[in-house]
Amino acid sequence: MGAILPRERLIVAIAGLLDGVRHVAVGASSPIPAAGAMLLRALAERDGKPRVRISILGSREHNFFTNGSAELFDCAGQGRIDAFFLGGGQIDGEANINLVGTGDYPRNPVRWPGSFGSAYLYFVVPRVILFREEHTPRVFVEKVDFVSAPGTSEAGVYRPGGPHALLTSLALFSFDKERRRFRLESVHPGHSIAEVTAATGFTFDHDEAVPATPDPDPATLALLRGRVLTELEETYPQFARQMAAELRGSAAA
Amino acid sequence: MTQPTLDDLAAMVPHGAKLALPVDYAGVSMAMTRPLIARGLRDLHVVCLPTGGMQPDMLIGAGCVATIETSAMTLGEAGGAPCFTRAVREGAVKVMDATCPAVHAGFLAAQKGVPFATLRGMIGTDLLANRPDWKVIQNPFSDEPDPIVAIPAIRPDVAIFHCPMADRDGNVWIGRRRELASLAYAAERTLVTVERIVETSLLADEVTAAGVLPALYVEAVTVAKNGAAPIGLWGEYPADMEAIGRYAREARTPEGFRAFLDGADRLLEAV
Repeated sequence: MGAILPRERLIVAIAGLLDGVRHVAVGASSPIPAAGAMLLRALAERDGKPRVRISILGSREHNFFTNGSAELFDCAGQGRIDAFFLGGGQIDGEANINLVGTGDYPRNPVRWPGSFGSAYLYFVVPRVILFREEHTPRVFVEKVDFVSAPGTSEAGVYRPGGPHALLTSLALFSFDKERRRFRLESVHPGHSIAEVTAATGFTFDHDEAVPATPDPDPATLALLRGRVLTELEETYPQFARQMAAELRGSAAA
Repeated sequence: MTQPTLDDLAAMVPHGAKLALPVDYAGVSMAMTRPLIARGLRDLHVVCLPTGGMQPDMLIGAGCVATIETSAMTLGEAGGAPCFTRAVREGAVKVMDATCPAVHAGFLAAQKGVPFATLRGMIGTDLLANRPDWKVIQNPFSDEPDPIVAIPAIRPDVAIFHCPMADRDGNVWIGRRRELASLAYAAERTLVTVERIVETSLLADEVTAAGVLPALYVEAVTVAKNGAAPIGLWGEYPADMEAIGRYAREARTPEGFRAFLDGADRLLEAV
């Protein structure tokens, strides 16, 4: 079996963060979160655990909604979605996310597509995983320029949902809602705390020694490279083919 | 019954209209984009249910739009919406930034004929801070402080979308793309293009009837073969990613956008 790809590590980490959920929704153009959810489903099936439902927006195969695009939000509002993924052009130390743009609103010098469902789903989905591969100070800022969705809310505001973890190409963080701060949980192999600190524009908590993100066990890896990659192909053909090619390359090396 | 032309449909959209358009995967009448632009429409208030893509981007590029109300503007895998991004930077268009379920809530209120719908979330966002039309109210059924956001009804003058089929009575088959029904319920006038007209009533069979938008809500229907292209149409044809990618590249400058429009005009004339 070839070397573990960085992306495989992210997918396995996501499956770990989703442990125990019954229904996870994945936004469009999110192949790594989708793969993590599919891996979780495959693992649950293998281990005889309760069935995991996955809703992938924009997929025919993995989208059972029949009431239009409103149904995802209705479903989330009813508490029927346990986990969701959000990214952000900017994410700050209090887990506020910005999907609108940099600089002054509304004439942003850099304008991104917009907030999509974030200003709602972040409030009502219990386990929101922040996922952003690029780990640089321009993404992880001290304070976002625009709050598409806030990390925490004042007392009295209906807020069953919120940030659970932040996963990047360098590290995995948890989020403490009381302290309104991220905590570094593990650093991916080949990277260091110093590197994570230098690439992060906000301060975060961590122990003196932070463990390395663990390697997946061979059985999990085999499931990922077999069944999950095949399932992924339907919705993200380009991504699945690219990953298969990388795997062939790493096996040949 | 003679079918109206696409230009006839475009003529039903007045200047300054509030025009509602669906998300890319629900069925966009791209065939109507050019007739709308050719009509020289001005000052449109475009509402996207709940996000917009190439069609509203082209309307912005052509100078038809004064206000865009949407949760996002994107060409999907092809990247950001070029004319929208440029217009925002130049301040050429007013943006009413929203979040998907808030747009749905506005349409739902219109569907019910009530002034507003309430929705969780949004409190503490800069979206809410920049939407004076959204109001935070107290939940009247709670003894505790319980703020909740009230979203006013969105009542478009016109809605336009594309579907696989309609029948001779003007019933339109929308399948499970229920956001198309939301558009039609809320809009004063709904204009639909379809791949084909079928001879049997879509209401005759309970299986198709379940996915029918009745003619009651539909002002006009006309055939536009491949009318969603280059965006795909569910159950019919996939998106032409190459063509959307070409648009994404060429429309990055105003000149490129114009050339894209002119190039497509020449192609049409050659047919």
